[in-house]
Amino acid sequence: MMLEALDIKKSFGELEVLKGVSIGVEKGDVAAILGPSGSGKTTFLRCINFLERASSGTLIFDGETFDLANITKKQIAEIRRKTAFVFQNYNLFRNKTVLQNVTEGLIVARKVPKAEAREKAMDALRRVGMAEKADSYPHELSGGQQQRVAIARALATDPEIIFFDEPTSALDPELIGEVLGVMRKLADEGMTMLVVTHEMGFAKNVSSKVIFMDGGVVLEEGSSAEFFSNPHGERTREFLRTILERDEENSSVTETPTEGKE
Amino acid sequence: MKTWQIMSEALPQMLKSALIYTVPLTVISFAIALFISIMIALVQYSNVPVAKQIARFYIWIMRGTPVLVQLFIVFYGLPKLGLVINAYVATVITFSLNEGAYMAETMRGALESVPKGQIEAGYCVGMTYWQIMRRIVLPQAFKVAFPGLSNSIVALLKETSLASTITLPEMFMETKRIASRNFEYLILYVEVALVYLAITTLITFAQRKLEKKFNKGY
Repeated sequence: MMLEALDIKKSFGELEVLKGVSIGVEKGDVAAILGPSGSGKTTFLRCINFLERASSGTLIFDGETFDLANITKKQIAEIRRKTAFVFQNYNLFRNKTVLQNVTEGLIVARKVPKAEAREKAMDALRRVGMAEKADSYPHELSGGQQQRVAIARALATDPEIIFFDEPTSALDPELIGEVLGVMRKLADEGMTMLVVTHEMGFAKNVSSKVIFMDGGVVLEEGSSAEFFSNPHGERTREFLRTILERDEENSSVTETPTEGKE
Repeated sequence: MKTWQIMSEALPQMLKSALIYTVPLTVISFAIALFISIMIALVQYSNVPVAKQIARFYIWIMRGTPVLVQLFIVFYGLPKLGLVINAYVATVITFSLNEGAYMAETMRGALESVPKGQIEAGYCVGMTYWQIMRRIVLPQAFKVAFPGLSNSIVALLKETSLASTITLPEMFMETKRIASRNFEYLILYVEVALVYLAITTLITFAQRKLEKKFNKGY
């Protein structure tokens, strides 16, 4: 296993959001974390990259074991150097150009020489089809373009795994495709990815593995094909039913007056 | 004719004291106030324990009491404790501490306007908190704070006239001195008001230019 999370718990005050979540990701896996809103999927992803501090749990990454309750700043920095995170709201640095957004982590955090950082960044931007916008500022780009730049920023640091937190949820429907396209390409290239998503198409067709969460626990974990063709639990079946119905409605009806995005 | 003569005779003296006192006092006090305000805003924004409480206390005192009273305490009051400070230094200390408190609030608001997600993104690409502050958050905050800070420098310039009450021969003090010799109060006080106005107009003009320049980037 490249990354293993064991019994991760997280409470916000009285509210226990994660009640002992365990998952494993192999090198080259594209794992989709699915589940209804409030199931704890985003919190879980944020906990394993320390954007939230888990109350307890163990992370095994790259053969090293970390106790999340007592992790040091140095260990956090070490893990973050080998991982990357793509946010729902892109979170590009607004005062930096597209190119600077990608080089920032290389030059400032990893002390890569400027020329080399530039080359790596342009390379990453080419992979997501954003090289020609290198000198633009984020506010000059569409949401889909911003998210592609955010993916390039993640790629440039050569991470062993990229975490995606609902990467298409903030996008207008017509822009979702370009981002999913880039992610599919990365999957084909063998990038290891852990993706919290509501895109059933992506989970079904691109991801190799599905983790289904509800109520702060993992209810099902297995191959994507198995999950969609033969879901075990009643909650899973119910979830799939609602989601698939929704997707069908959205695609078959041109007008969806009351149907929200979620 | 006589009016013009009075005005043109007084103008060189006014400009001279403006150049020696009013403008340098403003610039030095502003520079120190800017430094103070960034520190005070940062400890609040970054939630540094103890320092945050001290910052709130400082702002409370400085904004809650008249600057003229503060000036008198520093210049006339502190010598009672054996701390004799000359008028120039007393003015700089008082004005930079006073305006620093207002500017700290401007800076804090500006810092909080920068979307927090960028800090998380900075962490995720491996930057440290202070690298993120210096390279991402502060530059964006400055842009937001700029109009407010420009307001502060204008306020400072005008406030330096209060230093006339502690024997500092800045521009207003000079004007009073001239007026007490020829009794042309109306003409001279209107004239000095116009000189202040001219300087603040220059500052406002520079502010507009700089804002335009900032807006060209992001």
